[in-house]
Order: sequence, then structure tokens, then C-alpha cells
Amino acid sequence: MAIKRKFDTKVAEGDMTAMIDMVFQLIIFFMVLINFSQEDQNEKIKLPASELAKPAEAPLEHPVVLNLDFSGSVYMGADVATVASLRPLLQVEADALKAKGLGAKDANVIIRAHQRTAGGLVQELIKKCQEVGFEKFALRAQEDRP
Amino acid sequence: MAMKFKSRSSEKAEMQLTSMIDVIFLLLIFFVMTFRISAQEGDFNVKMPIGGGQGPADTTNIPIKLRLRANTDGELVDIVVDDSRSFGNDFGKLREFILQLTGGNAPPKPEDGPEVEIDLDYNLRYEFVIGAITAVTGRRQGDKIERLVERIKFAAPRKPQ
Repeated sequence: MAIKRKFDTKVAEGDMTAMIDMVFQLIIFFMVLINFSQEDQNEKIKLPASELAKPAEAPLEHPVVLNLDFSGSVYMGADVATVASLRPLLQVEADALKAKGLGAKDANVIIRAHQRTAGGLVQELIKKCQEVGFEKFALRAQEDRP
Repeated sequence: MAMKFKSRSSEKAEMQLTSMIDVIFLLLIFFVMTFRISAQEGDFNVKMPIGGGQGPADTTNIPIKLRLRANTDGELVDIVVDDSRSFGNDFGKLREFILQLTGGNAPPKPEDGPEVEIDLDYNLRYEFVIGAITAVTGRRQGDKIERLVERIKFAAPRKPQ
């Protein structure tokens, strides 16, 4: 006796349109929010909070970002040094500015120090920068809105 | 003689979506993994040429020397202004004092106005230094920031004994 197949052998396909729409929306959301300007930030640094720390309207010109952690290590791009051994790295930055026809005094040194770092260490860091010719400093803090 | 034409298949032409969905999911995973929620950051600008002599002179006759004393744990224990007035560790009182001195008026230009020199114990935690700078540089009123002192400098570091 021949038995007829009851079921269709075609592959059942779900409607993917709604899912693709949603995934695209998620991608757009994350793309808009991604902030490449935070690439200089170091996750080891927890900045002190300040109610007056407001994001600048325009980015600082010729920034040199120094991340100072709790133990006294200074992160400058991919390089790590101590405050005492930082001078050669700063000199490289100063020379790079000189090659562009600028000077160390034209640069803005952005100091991102951990909130529990000794204040004296930050003073020493500033002094070390001054010795190379840097004059303008920006002490970075996290916005603390009441 | 009538000719018979085969009608075209009425099935919908379907794109192969699998590879596109794969790529989209990879993109989504990348963005989800690199996404970081971080608070806004702002700067306190300090202009400190070496020697400290090249800046414009303080024309307001309100030189302010701020001494910040710390205990052995790096906690702030005392704020002393001009070696005479002590505010304990109360930044609010310090701000009131600065408000009285400046009359609550912002300097016309950032390079004008009184200058505050901060002299701190070496081990004082940086968060208290920023707290002191916040107290002297201004106050927030709603969304507005009222500027009081724009010029800040540091005294020489006090090396631990």
C-alpha cells in the first residue's frame, strides 16, 4: 500500500526582515555613540570628580596626554615611564613639535592623574614638563553634576 | 498554428542573506564590546612657565596663598589661606572666602584677575587638590558656571622627609 507523504518537504524559512531591521538599528546606535576621542584614556586611571569640569567646546591644540596612575607610573601613548625617567619621552614630543615649526610652549599637556595619587607626584610631573619647556597644563577631572 | 510558450517561474527571486547577517552580527558584537559608558571630562587650565616669572603680573592686589595640609593617609586636614585663616577641610567655606575677596566677579579675561598659589603636602591625595581648585575657580549655578579665579599655580613640591 502506497502511503502519501503528509508534509511538504520544503525548508521552513522564518521571516528575517524584522530581525535584520532591529540589528541594523542596534549597529547604528553603537556607531553613533562610539567615541574615538577617548583613545587616550587609560582604564587604570580614575579621575577625581569636579562640578566645574565641563567638556571643552573645542579640543586643545597640540595635546600631549600624560596618564599618571596611583603607583606613580606615567603612561604616554604606548610608552610607560616613571616621573623621574619621563624626560626622554617628553623630549621626543618637544622635538616633534619643533619639526613642525612649533615649540614645547605651544603644546597643551593634559594630565590625567588618578584621584588617589599623591598631589606631590603631580607637582613633580609638572616640574618635569617645565624642564623640557612645556608651559600650558590642563588638569583633567571627571564631571560631577549635582 | 498556435505556439505554446512556457510561462516563467512565478517564484520570488530570493537573495542569499546568510553571509550578510553573519557580517552584521560581527559588526554588532564589535560595537557592543568596544562600547564604554564614561562620564564627561573637563580641564582646569594651569599656565606655569618655568621660573614662573613670565606670566602677567597680578594687578588685583589679591594674591592668595593656599596651603593644604594632609595627614599621613593623604586626607585633607586643613586649608590655610595666607598663613592666617584656617577653614579646616571645608571647601565650601573656602569658596565663600574667595567670593568675598573677588566680589563674585569673574575676571574679564582668563589671564587677568587674582592668582592663587597652591602649596600642598606631598602625600595629599590629588582628589583634594582638584577639590581646592574647584572651590577657588568658581561655582556651578544650574547649568551655568560662574568663574571666580582663572589663574592657578603650584608652589614647589614639598619632598617627603
